[in-house]
Amino acid sequence: MSHRTFLRQVGALARRSVVRTLRQPAMVVPSILFPLILLSINSSGLESATMLPGFPTDSYLQFALAITFVQGALFSAMSAGTNVATDIENGFMNRLALTPLRRIALMLGQLAGIVALGSIQALTFLVVGLVFGAGIAAGAAGAVVIVAFSLLISLAFGCIGAFTALRAGNGEAVQGIFPLFFAALFLSSMSLPRNLIEQDWFRTIADWNPVSYMLECIRSLMIDGWDAEALALGFACAGGLALIAIVAAASALRTRMVRT
Amino acid sequence: MSEGAIEAYGLVRDFKKGPRAVDGIDLRVETGEVFGFLGPNGAGKSTTVHMLTTLLPPTAGTARVGGHDVVHEGPAVRAAIGAALQEAALDPFLTGREHMKLQTAMHGMSGDEARKRSDSLLERVGLTQAADRRVGGYSGGMKRRLDLALALVHRPRILFLDEPTTGLDPQSRTALWAEVQRLAADRGVTVFLTTQYLEEADVLADRVGIIDQGRIVAEGTPEALKAEIGRPSVEAIPAEPEQLEQMKAVLARFGESVAGSTKGASVRLAGGDSQLANVVRALDGEQIKIQDLQLHAPTLDDVFLAKTGRSLEGAAEEAEQPEEAVAA
Repeated sequence: MSHRTFLRQVGALARRSVVRTLRQPAMVVPSILFPLILLSINSSGLESATMLPGFPTDSYLQFALAITFVQGALFSAMSAGTNVATDIENGFMNRLALTPLRRIALMLGQLAGIVALGSIQALTFLVVGLVFGAGIAAGAAGAVVIVAFSLLISLAFGCIGAFTALRAGNGEAVQGIFPLFFAALFLSSMSLPRNLIEQDWFRTIADWNPVSYMLECIRSLMIDGWDAEALALGFACAGGLALIAIVAAASALRTRMVRT
Repeated sequence: MSEGAIEAYGLVRDFKKGPRAVDGIDLRVETGEVFGFLGPNGAGKSTTVHMLTTLLPPTAGTARVGGHDVVHEGPAVRAAIGAALQEAALDPFLTGREHMKLQTAMHGMSGDEARKRSDSLLERVGLTQAADRRVGGYSGGMKRRLDLALALVHRPRILFLDEPTTGLDPQSRTALWAEVQRLAADRGVTVFLTTQYLEEADVLADRVGIIDQGRIVAEGTPEALKAEIGRPSVEAIPAEPEQLEQMKAVLARFGESVAGSTKGASVRLAGGDSQLANVVRALDGEQIKIQDLQLHAPTLDDVFLAKTGRSLEGAAEEAEQPEEAVAA
């Protein structure tokens, strides 16, 4: 297959992935609205947490805004997983398997849909945060890094969703992993900085939970400016998870899209 | 002998947690032929199609499609075939035209070539007006026609249609039949069509293979298969219901009883349709008044019944029973 045909396939699949994502308001709207609702509840109800000695900022909104990006990424997992599961269940995957399509093209096409949804989410969260008074200590370049980081975690969780759908072959399994994602979010430094978590067991889990470092990466750019350690840990966790998830999804696709 | 468009020898497919789905199928479909693969639900039709279209490796046996081995030359097989598999595999959020665009891109077409091919196929299947509407709003018949158009994008020599008219209304079914007949007649496309509808196989197929429980139980032209069974049946309904038993006794002299209307009696005529006059005379001799009398030519269901001991409809119902119920 020529290089040009391959690019044409990736382009067509990416366009399809983006178009079908954007044409499902029931998938896009909750992925933006629910994180914002949680943000408004948290920032008004937990404002007094900022009085704790050692709390890094005097605005809980500034602290909690990072949660929306991770929560949005969790919704990407649902979106990507559900779209893949639908393709398997209605035979669309078989239709594609009967064409001279390379699996890697299908994988890249699917990732485009995840990135599209992730971009809309990240930009919305950023604008809403700025409108309501949150600042970005790292400036405009920091905002760009926050959006890029959001896309990376969207890719990571989106590929976990795609992997689940490819392994199980149905949408129910994808729905089933959603509570696990939320447990991972709640057992992190979501509500408090790790050094302020009093319960030892909770702090230990939060220390080992990669979601903590993803949140802290975004927070560092918003609250502290350029913190090399937080950025390195955040990108390492998100990048590592994305790499594992992409490899796992590609492997599951090879098993699912059987053809001789 | 030249190579057939589709050839299979001893094709077997086992599944880990189930019975043998396909159990040693041999078949040969000639170039340009419409081959009807007839059988009830669960008979192994779709599994056979999946193996022949390279989507499922056979457990045993060999098959060649378009001159290529389905196991070792998958890409060459896929280049030669088009397939519309069971249930139209479409994305409800895309329009008909967007589906065509995607499919042409998968086959490496672009620009004018892709646009012209899409437009011509959409016109061919009567979807030009609906091309820019989302597929989620299409009727079952429209989805099937789009499915067919997508299968034809790369001008395949061999077309696999897996139960293409299941769930369609009679009008949509007839329209699809006409399109399949045109493809075979005008373009010389070889068509491998699975169906559970007797009429569909009868109308469309040059030759029919009847499959039951993973094995081909009969193969030939519909006419030859019916001729093999041979005998027509006669069904009579008495004008006075109390004469039904008497009518049954008279008809029993002419052949074995077969299922028919509860208001009347049916027998397969042991002596063929020339016996009809004798049947009328015998009923008249017994002074049985006849409300209705019909001669039924043999059908493919009769062939299925003769080969398997069950009617096709009964076999379909049996296949739909839960496993426990069947085992019981």
